Amino acid sequence: MTKVTMTVNGKAVSKEVSGNTLMTEFLRDELHLTGTHVGCDTSQCGACVIHVDGESVKACSIFAAEAEGASVTTIEGMANADGSLSVIQQAFQDYHGLQCGFCTPGMVMSAATLLKDNPKPTEHEVREYLKGNICRCTGYHNIVKAILAASGQDVTGIAAE
Amino acid sequence: MYSFELEIPTTVADAVAALGKDEAQPLAGGQTLIPSLKARLAAPSVLVSLAQIDEIKGVTIEGGTVTIGGGTTHATVAAEVAEAYPALSYLAINIGDPAVRNRGTIGGSLANNDPSACYPAAALASGATIVTNTREIAADDYFEGMFTTALEEGEIVTAVKFPVPEAAAYIKFEQPASRFALVGVFLAKYADGVRVAVTGASEDGVFRWSEAEDALSNSFGADALEGLSLSGDGMISDLHGSGDYRAHLIAVLTKRAVKAAA
Ligand SMILES: Cc1cc2nc3c(=O)[nH]c(=O)nc-3n(C[C@H](O)[C@H](O)[C@H](O)COP(=O)(O)OP(=O)(O)OC[C@H]3O[C@@H](n4cnc5c(N)ncnc54)[C@H](O)[C@@H]3O)c2cc1C
Ligand code: FES
Ligand code: FES
Repeated sequence: MTKVTMTVNGKAVSKEVSGNTLMTEFLRDELHLTGTHVGCDTSQCGACVIHVDGESVKACSIFAAEAEGASVTTIEGMANADGSLSVIQQAFQDYHGLQCGFCTPGMVMSAATLLKDNPKPTEHEVREYLKGNICRCTGYHNIVKAILAASGQDVTGIAAE
Repeated sequence: MYSFELEIPTTVADAVAALGKDEAQPLAGGQTLIPSLKARLAAPSVLVSLAQIDEIKGVTIEGGTVTIGGGTTHATVAAEVAEAYPALSYLAINIGDPAVRNRGTIGGSLANNDPSACYPAAALASGATIVTNTREIAADDYFEGMFTTALEEGEIVTAVKFPVPEAAAYIKFEQPASRFALVGVFLAKYADGVRVAVTGASEDGVFRWSEAEDALSNSFGADALEGLSLSGDGMISDLHGSGDYRAHLIAVLTKRAVKAAA
């Protein structure tokens, strides 16, 4: 066991972990932050995307001890300080960007780093960026629409594919 | 996953020392290794993370050579070689997805030598040099078949040196489910000739298509490839494509690569 210390959603946390404790296990089982979902557990589906020092990372494929000293954000840290939904989250609701909701935490986390790096992406750029986020319900269309809307772009002209 | 100890050294020397322990294995981005640990395909007793070793990270561009630290992520490569070696940047930015590119490294990719991985094609087509903690290995001597390389136990890829070509292109026919190359062709044109490396196709892993290289070195243009073809024997056949299909794709993609590089 080793002790890890990191900041999660703005709060300092310090815990003993084993070498093979995954970030998903650390967040879900130790910190009870169950918003980070585990879909494939093999770095394929993106349900577990979190931010480590501001970058999107698949939490199922990084050990907790590797995040020593890092600043981590999960879906639980995405709402505004007053508890209201962030722009991206609100857009997912407004544009029906989710159905079962399983992929949604990862989608929102990926969308956030996309818009940080590329504030006005094209539809194609959004689809490319979401290659590692799999959704079994929506057909992606409304997810893409929600992200474009969250970027402040007009989405009325976007036809269903 | 079996249990193991995770060590996180900050220098190559400490990493090499840690790798000297029984059943020790390096961990880079973990994008391949962590899923294999979960599948119990590997059972190290010590995992030595290379992620905090600054001396093996980053890109330097000097006198016609791009040197990339073995621990450099795909995302960093994509950004930093965009001007110096655009075909290599294009390759890096088309690996997997953003989260994979933020963790996965060039050293991990070359050490793993997946038969469908992208970097082996770039290294072989560029006649790159793989630098380890003990020696320098020419790409032509480095790749020894599917998932097999010249690396010895405990040897770490510390850098990769790419001579910058006059022109180059990487054409990847993506396997949409895995995002790896169904077939990928990397073509690089140097003053002394053209090199063509193919990934995703052969059961022996990445290889050079020497007939195409000869033809293109004689006359650089898609016409030079007219009539050249490869046999599907010894090519990977799976549910995504037969060996014959892959062989056909190699010729098509090589023509596209010539056009893209010209
Ligand atoms: C969804 C997904 C899509 C992907 N798509 C592509 C793709 O399109 N093209 C592509 O090429 N790859 C693709 N990959 C693979 C990705 O590039 C991996 O990052 C890469 O193959 C392994 O690099 P890593 O740094 O994650 O290494 P790890 O998984 O940490 O290690 C892989 C192996 O290399 C060894 N190793 C690691 N670093 C070193 C070193 N410096 N010296 C010696 N040995 C070392 C480890 O011991 C292990 O055996 C994809 C992966 C995923 C999950
Ligand atoms: S659970 Fe991590 S990528 Fe699927
Ligand atoms: S909403 Fe169900 S998986 Fe995406």
